[in-house]
Amino acid sequence: MLFGLAAADMGLNLLETMSMTILVIAGASQFTALVLLEENAPTFIIILTALAVNLRMAMYSAAMVPYLGQASRGMKLLLAYCNVDQSFGLASLRFPKETSWTVANRSAYFCGASMAIMPFWVVFSYLGASFGSLIPDSLALDFALPICFLSIVAPALRSLPHILAAAASIIGAITLSWVPYSLGLMISAIIAMIIGAWAEKWLKGCN
Amino acid sequence: MILDPIQVWTVIIGLAIGTFFIRWSFLGLLGDRNLPGWVQRHLRYTAVAILPGLVAPFVIWPTATDGQTDPIRLTAALAALAFGFWQKSAIVAILSGFGTLYVLQLCT
Repeated sequence: MLFGLAAADMGLNLLETMSMTILVIAGASQFTALVLLEENAPTFIIILTALAVNLRMAMYSAAMVPYLGQASRGMKLLLAYCNVDQSFGLASLRFPKETSWTVANRSAYFCGASMAIMPFWVVFSYLGASFGSLIPDSLALDFALPICFLSIVAPALRSLPHILAAAASIIGAITLSWVPYSLGLMISAIIAMIIGAWAEKWLKGCN
Repeated sequence: MILDPIQVWTVIIGLAIGTFFIRWSFLGLLGDRNLPGWVQRHLRYTAVAILPGLVAPFVIWPTATDGQTDPIRLTAALAALAFGFWQKSAIVAILSGFGTLYVLQLCT
């Protein structure tokens, strides 16, 4: 919903907003693309940065191979589309427990889990894009975008390494904001990822 | 803000294909090959490494106030972050962020 509002606020039309939601169906990267479009970043950098936000899904994909790797080629295309944070989160908890499930059972569970969330994204994104213009400026919807990002980030700060990576990302992005083509963000993201990974390794070493 | 439709559509299609490929990658193409531990460790932090840096300038220098730091927006952002972190909930973050923003705007 907030994506729809924010997209309309930035001048994307309904077709563009809905195409993006349905085809990309990954909220955080859609917001990323929107922000960089507004900053007039080069197209290539926008796509690269927004895709980097989605790289975690490669990890999901790898983690599901032992459970879903035997599915048919066509089914895998559908499963890939359904590979979102929520379906992966549910499946990674459930599959190890349900040892009697067949690949068909697991595929059905995976798609079902994503269906519990994806239609809502699409419908609310539509409502946001359609009715966003009716909302008066005094409601400060310009701030919908930052608040949305924060609502994704805050619950994701699960551990100390996550918090350190986030802090590094903020400091890096602000100090590197002079770098042309919005590349400062990518540089600070790479540094932040390395800090997160090192912090995790270091904390494990202490235990 | 006028966006160039060609650029917008290039981003939509490029992002759609790229995202789908990432989701499909191991399942459909690379198969049962485990990612090395160090790669997995870095991938875990992609989202928290990018999103905070992306949003920070908007919180500190909002476009609506022409880049002037706005104490109300700053407080609202911190409230969203704090409550969302505490409750581990996106809904709580959104509600507390907008709640703080509106209450402070009414009071001033």
